[in-house]
Amino acid sequence: MTLLKPSVGKALGWASLGALVVLALFGLWGAPPDRVQSDAQRLMYLHVPAAWIAYLAFIVTAVGSALWLWKRTRSPVWDRVAGASAELGVLFTGLTLLLGSLWGRPVWGVWWAWDARLVTTAVLFFLYLGYLALRRVPGTPEARARRSAIAALIAFADVPIVHFSVTWWRTLHQKATVFDPELKAHIHGVMAFTLWWGVLAFTLLYVYLLDRRYRLECLEEGFEERELQRAIDERVSGAPNDPRVEVGAAR
Amino acid sequence: MNLAQEAGLVAGKDLRIEARSRVTVQQILPFGLVVLLLFAFALDPDRGVLRRVAPGLFWVTVLLAALLAVSRSSSVEAENGARDGLRLSGLDPAAIFLGKAAAIAVELLVLEALLAAGVAILFDVSLGSIGVLLLTAVLATAGIAATGTLYGVLVASSGARETLVPVLLLPVVSPVLLGATRAWEAAIDGVPSDAWAWVGVLAIFAVLYTAIGTLAFGPLLEEA
Repeated sequence: MTLLKPSVGKALGWASLGALVVLALFGLWGAPPDRVQSDAQRLMYLHVPAAWIAYLAFIVTAVGSALWLWKRTRSPVWDRVAGASAELGVLFTGLTLLLGSLWGRPVWGVWWAWDARLVTTAVLFFLYLGYLALRRVPGTPEARARRSAIAALIAFADVPIVHFSVTWWRTLHQKATVFDPELKAHIHGVMAFTLWWGVLAFTLLYVYLLDRRYRLECLEEGFEERELQRAIDERVSGAPNDPRVEVGAAR
Repeated sequence: MNLAQEAGLVAGKDLRIEARSRVTVQQILPFGLVVLLLFAFALDPDRGVLRRVAPGLFWVTVLLAALLAVSRSSSVEAENGARDGLRLSGLDPAAIFLGKAAAIAVELLVLEALLAAGVAILFDVSLGSIGVLLLTAVLATAGIAATGTLYGVLVASSGARETLVPVLLLPVVSPVLLGATRAWEAAIDGVPSDAWAWVGVLAIFAVLYTAIGTLAFGPLLEEA
């Protein structure tokens, strides 16, 4: 029923909670304020890990979908993993955009800039939002898994094209000044540690949430099956076909 | 019969339905022209804004019209159990995909020709470098038709409402809008050499999604 053993899942939950607390302590107090951006830069300790998880989640969705489509590895496990991971991906992409926007306001002076990375991330968000909408359309588990897997791969194949065309488009007109790789080299030790710690904490959180979402998906499927069976039993036993009648009352 | 002949049969069928029902000419084309008119209302035509952004407006209009063409293409199959007939016909699913995509592409190219004339007249744009414009239009249209056909059957097979098509299709074809707009801008500004890179992007997009479509259409049609 679960991806991980329940005890492992629980331990992972506590570990990610602990890691997030440590991240908060380091992010808010441990790391020194940035020389240029001062305290606004602290948002990066959440923004960068969130972006990393978003990409990781979409890669997992693509791999899960491919494994489902490949006949030898076909299993409902991969469909559930793909769906659960896409949901987390959309969540973390949204979080990345939101945090980036909050950071951009004091540092760039605007909520949104037509920077290549921002545009790519926004397109990514809508690509997978569509995928999630498609997943919600009911159908037999097999049919739903097949069309979801194909849709996931269609979306995934688009990511490099979107990325390159958008990068090309924006750099044809303006030089990237904000994401200068030279500036990144002069990162303070504690700041670098906090950033990497954030990536670790978010990765733990991602695996934990993926496991929980997977379990929820299993429960939902079981629930649907039971409801269907109940409706069939009711019809067979000749109970009145009225949803308002409680099963308990009929007994 | 080989693949091309089978695809030709399917495309011929869709275009024949189109020629008789005239949905493209009587409904989708007027829609496109009204959108062009609305752009003129939204952006003051006196300030030269329209002329500068004409390529972008043109391709946005084409994308909106493509949404209608895609939903029309799949609703044709939904009536009278036509999809069952298509499945039982013994035609190669890859050929069905290519045929339906080709039919949409032909319809869109006709639309684009008329809309381009509309843009040239209404927005006072002189269309130079016809070769680049045409090549861009053909490649962009191939990409839009391939993804549109793919998502059309994906949505139809799931029994979902057609409101799902735009939210799936538009983000995926966003690079086509970008590439086609830049290429047209370059051609209209008289620097067609700038357009080639974008033409390349459009070509990759069209080839990639035509390939995915020919592979994926069979399983999708099966469950429709």
